[in-house]
Amino acid sequence: MSVNKESFLPEPNFLTSPKGLKSWLLTLDHKRIGLMYLFAIMFFFMIGGIFAVLIRLELLQIGETIMSADTYNRMFTLHGAIMIFLFIIPAIPAAMGNIMLPIMLGAKDVAFPRLNLASWYIYIGGSLFAIYSMAHGAVDTGWTFYTPYSTSTNGAVISMTLGVFIIGFSSILTGLNFIVTIHKLRLPGMTWFKMPLFIWGLYATAIIQVLATPVLAITLILLILERTLGIGIFDPAMGGDPVLFQHFFWFYSHPAVYIMILPGMGIISEMVAVFSHKRIFGYKAIAFSSLGIAFLSFLVWGHHMFTSGQSEYAAMIFSFLTFMVGIPSGIKTFNWLATLFRGSITFEAPMLYVFAFLFLFTIGGLTGIFLGALPVDIHLHDTYFVVAHFHYVMMGGTVMAFLGGIHYWWPKIWGRMYSEAWARVAWVLIFVGFNMTFFTQFLLGTKGMPRRYFDYLPQFEGMHGFSSVGSLVLGAGFIVMAFYLIHAIFKGRLAGDNPWGALTLEWQTSSPPPPENFLKDPVFTHGPYDYDTVDVQRTV
Amino acid sequence: MDSTATLWMPPAQSTIAGEVDALFYFIFYVAMGFFFLVVLAALYFLIRYRRKGNEVGLTDGHDHNFKLELIWTIIPTILVFIVFIWGFRTYLKMNVAPKGAIEIKVTGQKWFWSFDYPNGAVTLSELVVPAGRPVKLLLSSRDVIHSFYVPDFRIKMDALPNRYTMLWFEAKNVGTYNLYCAEYCGTGHSTMLGKVTVLSVSDYEKWLANAGAEKDAEVPLPELGKKVYTGKACMTCHTIDGTPSVGPTFKNVFGHTVELSDGTTITIDENYIRESVLKPQAKVVKGFAPVMPTFQGLLSNREIDGIIAYIKTLSEQ
Repeated sequence: MSVNKESFLPEPNFLTSPKGLKSWLLTLDHKRIGLMYLFAIMFFFMIGGIFAVLIRLELLQIGETIMSADTYNRMFTLHGAIMIFLFIIPAIPAAMGNIMLPIMLGAKDVAFPRLNLASWYIYIGGSLFAIYSMAHGAVDTGWTFYTPYSTSTNGAVISMTLGVFIIGFSSILTGLNFIVTIHKLRLPGMTWFKMPLFIWGLYATAIIQVLATPVLAITLILLILERTLGIGIFDPAMGGDPVLFQHFFWFYSHPAVYIMILPGMGIISEMVAVFSHKRIFGYKAIAFSSLGIAFLSFLVWGHHMFTSGQSEYAAMIFSFLTFMVGIPSGIKTFNWLATLFRGSITFEAPMLYVFAFLFLFTIGGLTGIFLGALPVDIHLHDTYFVVAHFHYVMMGGTVMAFLGGIHYWWPKIWGRMYSEAWARVAWVLIFVGFNMTFFTQFLLGTKGMPRRYFDYLPQFEGMHGFSSVGSLVLGAGFIVMAFYLIHAIFKGRLAGDNPWGALTLEWQTSSPPPPENFLKDPVFTHGPYDYDTVDVQRTV
Repeated sequence: MDSTATLWMPPAQSTIAGEVDALFYFIFYVAMGFFFLVVLAALYFLIRYRRKGNEVGLTDGHDHNFKLELIWTIIPTILVFIVFIWGFRTYLKMNVAPKGAIEIKVTGQKWFWSFDYPNGAVTLSELVVPAGRPVKLLLSSRDVIHSFYVPDFRIKMDALPNRYTMLWFEAKNVGTYNLYCAEYCGTGHSTMLGKVTVLSVSDYEKWLANAGAEKDAEVPLPELGKKVYTGKACMTCHTIDGTPSVGPTFKNVFGHTVELSDGTTITIDENYIRESVLKPQAKVVKGFAPVMPTFQGLLSNREIDGIIAYIKTLSEQ
């Protein structure tokens, strides 16, 4: 690449103006806040990932391999708690959503910029409690904190739950901010059904964040009070009920599954249309299915508790509603497929992740049918089948969408492009490694291998070993990705305003965008997917 | 390999297992159908409609097709409805125990199972049942939540500290089957293993008549202690090779002096071992958590004598 004037990023851009650490720490710019979120969650993604690899190394062989049973129990607890509360819940809304939502709406910022910054500090504050907990004995309760184990075990349970409690507020504030922003700050002309589908995904997510997270907060506070003051609400000796905790916990944590997946589905909708260069199929079906999922997600929590002794009638109703919540996800999948039909498809990194998503999330969704069927769930509950299922949904679904989004918007955020060749290498490693690691676990589960086991019987050793090797391949993929993405920030070739030839508004401003997103006020001239009427080409 | 095992499922050794597997495989084949439909359609479209050249023009603007959308909504809905109805019917059978089932009380505790039989007999870690007779288990826990799981029978139920839960099954064949704890319960969760031993009806009745009044008297004490060590869950937390586990090892401890958690010291003798079996929290060795449950009522006097004798044989005098 020749060094000339054009190898510099456009000015002014939000990365460099204003300059200085203080201008970042006190920034009200949604893009900077989103980037700070991105750095924080990527840090915790790395920590959670290291714990995951350590777990798999311990399970490589029978017996104690690299750590004791107690250390192992802390390891899988921290892996789960970090990945759920510190990574995947904030990953797409608070990081990608924060950066992109106002630009995609044609707005200068979110509705409440100060609240936005506050949410980041609340997140950091909460995460400090989590780190404190890790340094002071950590927790061995599993990320679900089930009573009475969590009220009777040693370790730093209070600081961990307090951390999660605090982080919940950052999630509520982000959701609230997005709801108001979407209602009030859309570009004139952008009606509800002219919004990009990523925005619909974030909107449905925000509703759940605002309505469900307070229940988690109450639950965790009760747990903390139980441990400190012995109020007895979950303690059978005082007339309390430990299973009540499970109801409270899943009343939040099942909708939270959709906090994780809905924005990911939104990203997939964007990328499918852009890389097929085609009008999205079934726009309203995709938008309404997000809202339908958000509503139904509040009514299925009992399917985590089919073996907890809940009444058969409750189990029947929860089983039925669980199947109903699966239908909208199926509809979305068919809509994405239909979008590919007669498209003009290219295969850059984001599209590779679309394919990975379709492949893995379909497996994740379909294996959910097994778990919704009562007698089959009785056998599979709390086995590796469940572990494999939620990794196919959360990692095969949400994380693949997140990685696709990272590759899709990376040139917009930094103004520079990563190496497509290395991106393919990383994709292959991640796709192969993921399936090696987790497909094996479906078989382990159906054969009766319970989860959260430090050790196992000889008949499971081959499959556990294979799964562990897969996790190393998967980890290698992420290391490669970290290198080429960071390299791109400093040394990548200039991306241009619209490298993918996309129609949504973020591609009509410079890369990286200026501080208030658009130098000239944008005008709404076409919908987000009008590839049948608007001739848009890539800028090279 | 057991001939009732399939590629995906372990041996089907209870009367309900076959029904569970039938539903499992129905879902499996439907799911495989959908998976290949989605992935092959995606691959076909990706290849067929790949962009040729760099320029791109306007593309097809069709964005809905009511008939198609109705089909891909209704067909999956019908299929999951079938799965739901089928599942619920089987589930009801799994939950309604036949009249006249043998009732056994099951208690979970860190980290073993104990079983109380109708005639007062008690076993630890090993459930003995007859083949071809329905058995009803009444479950509860003495500490945290555990879960009673026998994969070969396709049964699982949580054992709660504040409420009884119920489970029933009918084993088809004589044999020994693995029993797991499926609800995470701490350090010994993965070693909280047990066995379900299925005997013929006549063998079961013989066994039950003698159980409790076991012919212990004929077995020498150290040998009895060794049986207790493996059969009554000591081995879950205590090793005999010198490595500390959840509890102290049994090797080379008898006659030795150890420091207790309150800072005092004690020499391990017959009375200390007896007290530690019956009142485990009374004197805990330093460095270990006070998590052992009492074995009061679970071990006979002679069995405790046996454990003491066995520990003696593991120590250099």
